[in-house]
This record gives sequence, C-alpha cells and structure tokens, in this order.
Amino acid sequence: MDTGQGTAMIDDSLTLPRAAEAAPRIDCRNIKVYYGQAQAIHDVSMTFPDRAVTALIGPSGCGKSTFLRCLNRMNDTIENCRVEGEILMDGENINDADIDPVLLRSRVGMVFQKPNPFPKSIYDNIAYGPRIHGLANGREDLDAIVEKSLRRAGLWEEVKDRLTAPGTSLSGGQQQRLCIARAIAVQPEVILMDEPCSALDPIATARIEELIDELRNRYCIVIVTHSMQQAARVSQRTAFFHLGHVVELGDTNQIFTNPREKRTEDYITGRFG
Amino acid sequence: MSDHIVSAYSEELERLSAEIMKMGGISETMIVDATRALSANDLELAKEVVLRDPLVDAIEADAERQIVSLIARRQPMGHDLRMILSAMKISSELERIADLAKNIAKRAQRLDENVNDEMRNAIVRMSKPVSRQLNNVLNAYASASADKAKAVWESDDDIDNHYNSVFREMLTYLVEDPRRISAGAHMLFMAKNLERIGDHCTNIAEFVYYQVIGDYLSELERPKQDQV
Repeated sequence: MDTGQGTAMIDDSLTLPRAAEAAPRIDCRNIKVYYGQAQAIHDVSMTFPDRAVTALIGPSGCGKSTFLRCLNRMNDTIENCRVEGEILMDGENINDADIDPVLLRSRVGMVFQKPNPFPKSIYDNIAYGPRIHGLANGREDLDAIVEKSLRRAGLWEEVKDRLTAPGTSLSGGQQQRLCIARAIAVQPEVILMDEPCSALDPIATARIEELIDELRNRYCIVIVTHSMQQAARVSQRTAFFHLGHVVELGDTNQIFTNPREKRTEDYITGRFG
Repeated sequence: MSDHIVSAYSEELERLSAEIMKMGGISETMIVDATRALSANDLELAKEVVLRDPLVDAIEADAERQIVSLIARRQPMGHDLRMILSAMKISSELERIADLAKNIAKRAQRLDENVNDEMRNAIVRMSKPVSRQLNNVLNAYASASADKAKAVWESDDDIDNHYNSVFREMLTYLVEDPRRISAGAHMLFMAKNLERIGDHCTNIAEFVYYQVIGDYLSELERPKQDQV
C-alpha cells in the first residue's frame, strides 16, 4: 500500500468543508413571489453553498420550482409574475436593473424536466453558448470547449464519433446529459435542475446522479425533485417547501432520518393528508 | 402519529412492532418461569421453558424477513426508518435474552441435592429487578416513551449491585461446604445470565430512545458505581 496516497486522501476529507459551513454562492433574502394577486412564495430566506448540492422537495404546487426559477430570473418571462426580495450572487442583487438576464443565465445554468436539445447537431448544441458569449478564440478553442463539456457531462465517449448527428437523435438520458454539457459549456457558477430525471429510466437516472455527484466538486447545484430518494441520494442539504414556505432546511442526513418539523416528517414518510 | 397514505405500509409497521412485543412477552415469562422452576425445583416447568426458546428464534427470523422487505419495498424515512432499524436491533437483543433465560432453565435441571434454599432464593431475589427491568423497557417500547426508556437505562446499576451481592453470598455458601461447588457454579452462571439480561434491557432502552428521539443516549452520562 502506498501510505503517502492514503494520507493525502485523509487530508482531503478533512479539508473538504462541510456543506453547511461552505461559503454561500447565492444568498436569498426575504423572497416573495406573486402571480397576479396570488402569492406563491412567502418570505423565503436561504443560502446555497458552493460545491454542494441543495435539494428542494415538497408536494406539487408548494413553490419549489417557482423559487428555483427566481435564481436565474426565469420568472421574468412569465407575465404578471412579480418577485420581491434580494438574491445576492457575489454581493450583487441579480434582480438589479443593470444585470443582464442573458449573462446571468450563463452564470446560472438550468436543466429542465424534459431534455430540450436545440434542433442542431450535438456539436452545435454545445458550441452555441460559447459562440454567442464569445468564450472561444477560433475553431480549435471551440473544439476544446465542446470536448471538455461533453467529457464533464460523461457523454464524450458515447458521441465523439458522431458530433454532427442531431442532438435529438440521442436517447433521453443522453439528451439530458447533452443539456447538462450545454449548460457547463458557458462556465456557469451555479446549475439549476428542475426534475432532471423524471422523464428518464432508472439507468439513465443513475448516470445523471453520478454526474451530479461529480459536478458538485465544481459548482453550486440546486435540484428540484419529486423523488425523495433522489434528494436523499444526491444532495448534501435539503429544503422542504410547503405552501410557499420553507418548513425546514437542513443537512440531508438529518432531514431524512430525524426531521425537526412534523410537516417534514409527515411528508417524507408518506403521511401527507 | 397519523397513518400513511399507503395503509398497507402502516399495517406492516404495526405487524413488526407486534412481533417485537410478542418476543418480549415470551422472553419475560421465560425469565419468570425459569426462576419459578428453580425456586420450586419444578423440573417439568424448567423443561417447558427450554422448549419456548425456538419460538422466539422463529419470531426473530420472521421479523428480520419483514424488515428486509420493508427496507426494499418502502424505502423508509424519518421515524419509520428509525423504528425499523430499532426493531432489528431490539429483536436480536430479545433473542439473546430468551437464550439466557433458557440457559437458566437448563441449569435449574442440573442442580444436585447439595443446593440449599438460601442459594435458590439468592437467584430468585435477583431475578425480580431483572424481569421488572425487561417489563419496563417493553412498556417503554409499547408506549414509545423516551422518558421510560431513559429511566430503564439509568437503573441498570441496581442490577449490577444485586449481581455483586449474589456473587459474594454464593461464595460464602461454597466456602461453608465444598460439596455445593457443582450447584454453586451453575448458580453463579445463572446470576451472570440475569446480569447479562439486564445489560440487554439497557441496550433495548437505547434503541427505544433512538427510535423516539432520533438521538443517542450518551454512554458518558450513565451512572455506574462498580468498575468490575
């Protein structure tokens, strides 16, 4: 046994900050969201640490997706949707008038429930973002970004020989990884995932979960999921939403073994009335 | 606690908890009857106690099968998860208790004529707080009471003291008359078995506490006078 390596591994685990202690990448303060007169989110304050996965769980209509969509201003696109409160990234309020939502969305990437590749080649699906954001200097640079993004998304080996094939020719799970690669290609700091596996089979789901686990080393990840088992598997922190409130936010281990709130307990054990 | 949306899940948990209670009940009467057999030198009763042990083993095996199935099919969370894990631990503690009670009943059949009433009484006396302890911890389990579990956990010291006094008392009988050595050795083992049963009750108390509270009773707080 190489003892030197063993020591290094132990050191790694010691210096890795615990999820709760890591610096927040996003700091949400008193978020309220209204659809017309109806209030969907009631005064939610929470932070999202860097290099950790935070899962948002809760019954349908609890506001978890609405809240997730605040984080890259996707709610701007919905008419008569109003967001109040501060969402700070690097000390800047992302809702400020001088923040360009397009640039913001390159810093805060998003993956949706249904894989939605562009009707373009696999290569162009990835290259599109870096091109419009001017991240590549010439073809070689762009090739490198495409390869790196596909590698990080765990898709490179499967598609490297058919980069010109349409993105839609891939299987559902591959398409979802293509969408993740597309999000990664523009060098985001945060990746939002809204039910990324609900349209996938268990094997494709496992691949995505494995990928989330790897991406956690680089990004702040926020995932909305209906599968509590998935939240338990992939996240370090879990927030339970109910009726537009955060009922409980805590270490994933604690939330699923010993929740403090009765409503959380009822939900995770399948007792919700 | 309110019922699950899937009512079969609630029923499965109730069935598991009923199995634990059944094991507990049988183990408790095994201790009581084993010491009664000893006290009255009732060899038939002692034999009968030994025959009850396989029943406890069978219930434990059945409980374990239920637990495996619950984990695989229901993916329990929160209190349900703690309840199921505690049931697994508690059932093996109860299985050990039944084993020890069986052993007392076996030894009760092997005593020769040199044993006197004082020796029998010493064991019977010690068995009372032990079976009370088991009864209390089963009550704590049935009523899901962390307070009751903690009380059991804190009172194990009483049994340890009993054990030490029985040990000393037994030695004096053996010193008085070396012909009692064979029976006395059996009775020292009986005392040790009762003391072990007390320890298993303490373990059960810890699992009940964990099931209810979700936290561990810290070993540090526990009162312990005797360091042997």
